[in-house]
Amino acid sequence: MKPNESKFELNGDYYSTRFEPSGSETGDTLILNMGPQHPSTHGVLRIIVELDGEYIKKAEPVLGYIHRMHEKMGEVKTYMQYLPNMGRVDYLHALAWNWAYVGAVEKLTGIEVPQRAEYIRVITCELNRICSHLLWWGAYLLDLGAFTPILYAFVDREKIMDILQIVTGSRLTYCYYRFGGVSADITDEFINQTKEFLTYFKTRIPMYHDLVTGNMILRGRCEDIGVLSVETAKQYGATGPVLRGSGIAYDVRKVEPYSVYDKFDFKIPVGQNGDAMDRYDVRVAEMTESLKIIEQALESLPDGHYINPNLPDRIMPPKGEVYYAVEGARGKIGIYIISDGTAKPYRLKLRAPGFSNLHLFAELSQGTLLSDAVSILGSLDLVIPEIDR
Amino acid sequence: MINFLSIPLIHIIVALVAILAFIGLNGVVLVYMERKVAGFIQRRPGPYEVGPQGLLQPVADALKLLGKQLTSPMGADKILFWSAPIISFAPVVVCFLPIPFGPSPNSTGMELNLGLLLVLAFSGINVFALCMTGWGSNNKYSLLGAARAVSQSVAYEIPLLLAVLSIAFQTGSLNLSEIVQSQQGVIHWHIFMQPLAFIIYFISATAETNRAPFDLPEAESELTAGFHTEYSGMTFGLFFLAEYAYMIVVCSVATALFLGGWDGPFFDGFWWFLFKVYALMLVLMWFRWTYPRVRFDQLLNICWKWLIPLSVLNLILTAFFIKLVH
Amino acid sequence: MLKDIGKTLIGLWSLIIGLKITGKEFFKPWLTVHYPRQEVKNLNTYRGHIELTGQETDPWKPKCVMCGKCAEICPSGCIHIEFHIAGEDDSSQTEKILIGVGVEIPFSGKKFVPAAKIERELDIFNLNYNLCSLCGLCVQNCPVDAIKFSKDVYLAGRSRQDFEYDLLARLKGQG
Repeated sequence: MKPNESKFELNGDYYSTRFEPSGSETGDTLILNMGPQHPSTHGVLRIIVELDGEYIKKAEPVLGYIHRMHEKMGEVKTYMQYLPNMGRVDYLHALAWNWAYVGAVEKLTGIEVPQRAEYIRVITCELNRICSHLLWWGAYLLDLGAFTPILYAFVDREKIMDILQIVTGSRLTYCYYRFGGVSADITDEFINQTKEFLTYFKTRIPMYHDLVTGNMILRGRCEDIGVLSVETAKQYGATGPVLRGSGIAYDVRKVEPYSVYDKFDFKIPVGQNGDAMDRYDVRVAEMTESLKIIEQALESLPDGHYINPNLPDRIMPPKGEVYYAVEGARGKIGIYIISDGTAKPYRLKLRAPGFSNLHLFAELSQGTLLSDAVSILGSLDLVIPEIDR
Repeated sequence: MINFLSIPLIHIIVALVAILAFIGLNGVVLVYMERKVAGFIQRRPGPYEVGPQGLLQPVADALKLLGKQLTSPMGADKILFWSAPIISFAPVVVCFLPIPFGPSPNSTGMELNLGLLLVLAFSGINVFALCMTGWGSNNKYSLLGAARAVSQSVAYEIPLLLAVLSIAFQTGSLNLSEIVQSQQGVIHWHIFMQPLAFIIYFISATAETNRAPFDLPEAESELTAGFHTEYSGMTFGLFFLAEYAYMIVVCSVATALFLGGWDGPFFDGFWWFLFKVYALMLVLMWFRWTYPRVRFDQLLNICWKWLIPLSVLNLILTAFFIKLVH
Repeated sequence: MLKDIGKTLIGLWSLIIGLKITGKEFFKPWLTVHYPRQEVKNLNTYRGHIELTGQETDPWKPKCVMCGKCAEICPSGCIHIEFHIAGEDDSSQTEKILIGVGVEIPFSGKKFVPAAKIERELDIFNLNYNLCSLCGLCVQNCPVDAIKFSKDVYLAGRSRQDFEYDLLARLKGQG
C-alpha cells in the first residue's frame, strides 16, 4: 500500500474525524458518508451514519455546503435590494419567504397594504404552496423508488408555474412581492388560468390517490416509519406538516392569522401517529385546502390598488425591531429585523423551518433501516439551501 | 449439403454465436424499448434524437460505453473487481442453450434432459458476481448492495424452484422442449392449470433479476448505484447487458413453462415465442415504472411468509392431483 | 390470519389499480414541448434581461434620463451608466435628449420632474447579465419607463463576456 493510500483512508475531514460512533456489542459497525452528493439528500446535505448491518446506530447531519450568507447580505444591502435574496432562500416556496420579509418590513415601517394586494398575495402564495408540495410529492416517491409520479407531478407543477409566470415573470425564484403590495397586478388571463387549473387539479387528486397513496408498497414504506412524538417535535421546534403530522394543529395562518387569512374558511389537516404516512397525508390534504383558499380568494377579490400608491421613495424604517412569521410549505418562516434607522437593516435573522425539522432526523432515524432513513428524510421535506441560508 | 448442424459440436458453437448475437441485439432492443415505455408512461417522447424516432440511441449508448476509460477505485481488489463483470455475464450465455425458441430441433441450442436445471443452476452464478463486486470495489455502497443481492437471491430462489417444480411434476420432465410439446393448444397452456405457480414464478423472477419493485441491490435512492457504483464504461455495460439477458432468460423460461412456448396459430413458432417473451418483458417494465421500491425486510417477508408457503401448497396440491389422475 | 389475507388482497388490488393508471397514461399523447421543433407559447410573460426603450419620436434614441436610479437600486450592481453633459465636449452628437416630464413614478405615484433640464448624452449603458438576478427592481424604479424586460430566453454563450451587454448598441442595432 502506498503511503498516500493509507492517508486517504484514515484521515477524513473535520466532521468525519470528530464523529463518535456509538458502537455495538460486537463492535462491528460501518460508518457511511451519505452525501453531500447523494441521490436522496436532495441537494448538498451530508449525513454521517453509523450502520450496524443495515440498521442505523447513529446519524449526524452535516450542514454548510450551500451556505450563502443570506443573513450577512441583509446587513450590507438596503431593504429594497435584499428582496431578490428571498426567492433564493427556499426556492420551492419562494413567495412565502418573499412575504415574510416584505411583511416584516411593512410592519416595521408601518406601510399599509391594499386589500387587493393582500388577496393577490394569498392566491399566489397558495399556488406556490401547491407547487412546492407537488415537487415534494414527486421527490419523495423518487426516494422510495417510484419514477413515474414525479413526472406526473411536474405536469401539474408546470401549469402552476405558467400561471405564476403571467404575473411574476419568472418560474422559480420569484421576486414578486413589494413593500406595500405586489409588483404587478393580476390579469384576466391569470384569473382564467387559475380557475381552469382549480377544476383540472381536482381531477388529478383522485389519480394521485389511486396511483400512490393507496398503493400497498408505499403504505408499507411509510406507515409506522419515523414516528415523531409530540414531545420530541416540540423539543426540536418542528413546525409545518412535520408537526401537524404528529397531531398538533399549529399553522401560522390559523394560530396568528396574518394578512387576510382569517377571512377564509379552510381546515388544518392533522395526523394521528406522527409517522411518515401522516406527514404524507397532511401535505396531500393541504393541497386540497390550498385549492379551497384560492377559490374563495378569487371569488371575493376586491378592486383597488395592487400596490400602496403613497410609498416613501426610500424605505427607511424607524429604529426598532420586528418579528414576522408566515406559514411556508415546510413550516413557520420567521424573519426578525433590527433596524437602526438607516436604509440597511442592522441585523436580519431568518428562521428556516427546515433547520429545526432536519435535526429531527438524527433522532428519528436511530435504529431504523437505511431504506427507512431515506423515507424519513424524504418525509421531512427538506430544502437544503433554506437550512444553510 | 451435409447438415452441419446435426454435428453436436458445430451445433453448440453456432448456437453460442447465435446466442451472443441474440443477447447483444436484444440488449439494444430492450434498452430502447425500456426507455420508450418509460417515456410513454411518463407522457414524454423518450429517446428521439439519434436516428429516426431515436432508434439508434442504444447503439450510441453502447458505443459511448465502449469508448469510456475503465477505472478501478483506490484500494480495490483488482482480481475480484475486474473478473466480476465477466462472471456476471458469462453464465447467462449457457442459460440460453436449452431454451427451445421454435419447433424445429435446430432452434434449441442444446437438447438437454435437465435443461431446466441447467438454467436455474447457471443463473444462480450471477449472485456470486455481485458478491465479488461488493467485496472487490472497496466501496461501502457496493458492499451493502452486494449483501442485499445475496440474501435476496437466496431467498427468492426457493419459491422460484418450487413453482418450477410443480410444472416439472405435471409434465414429468425437466427438458424444456418436452415441456413445451406437452402444452399444444392454448387450453393446455400451463398457466391455466397452474395460475398460482405462474404468479409465484413471475414475482420471484422479478426479484431474481433485481427488477423494480425489487431492485434493492441497486436501489439508487439509498445506495447510489448499489453493487455497480464503482464500475464505468464497458464493465458497467456488461452488468447492464447481463441484467437484460437474465430478464430474457426468465421470461423465456416462463414462456416455455407456462405460456406454451412457441405454440400459437398463424405464425411460425419462433415469432410466437419471441412475442410472448417480449410481452412478459413489457409487463416487467410496466411494473418498474409504476411501483415504489419495497423495503428489504418486506421483500424477505413476502418471500418467506407468502411465496414459499403458497408454492409449497401449490406443489402439494399438484402432487395430489397427479396422483389422483394416474 | 383471515384478516391478514383480506388486507393483502386489498393491497394487491391497489397494485392493479396502479398498473391501470400507468397503463392508461401509456396510450395518451406526450406532453413534452419538443424544444427545437416546438416552442413554449407563453414567452410574452417572461421577464428576461433588461433592454433600453427608444423614444416615441426616435426609436433609436434611448428614453433614459440618466438619473442612475436603476444602478442604485440594483442589488447586484450589474448596471453601469456613463454620460456627459451635451455641449461640454466636442462630441458630434448635438441632438437633444428629451426628458420625460410628468411621467408617473411607479412606486410612489409622484410625477417625475427632473431637477434641472440639463441635456445629457448617454454614452454607455452596460448590463452585466452574469450578475443579474432578474428581480425587476430597476424596471420598476425607472421614473421614465426607459427600461423594459426582453423576452430573450434562449441564451447561450461561450464565455462570460458574451453576457456583458452593451444595451445602447443593442437599442441602436434593433432596427
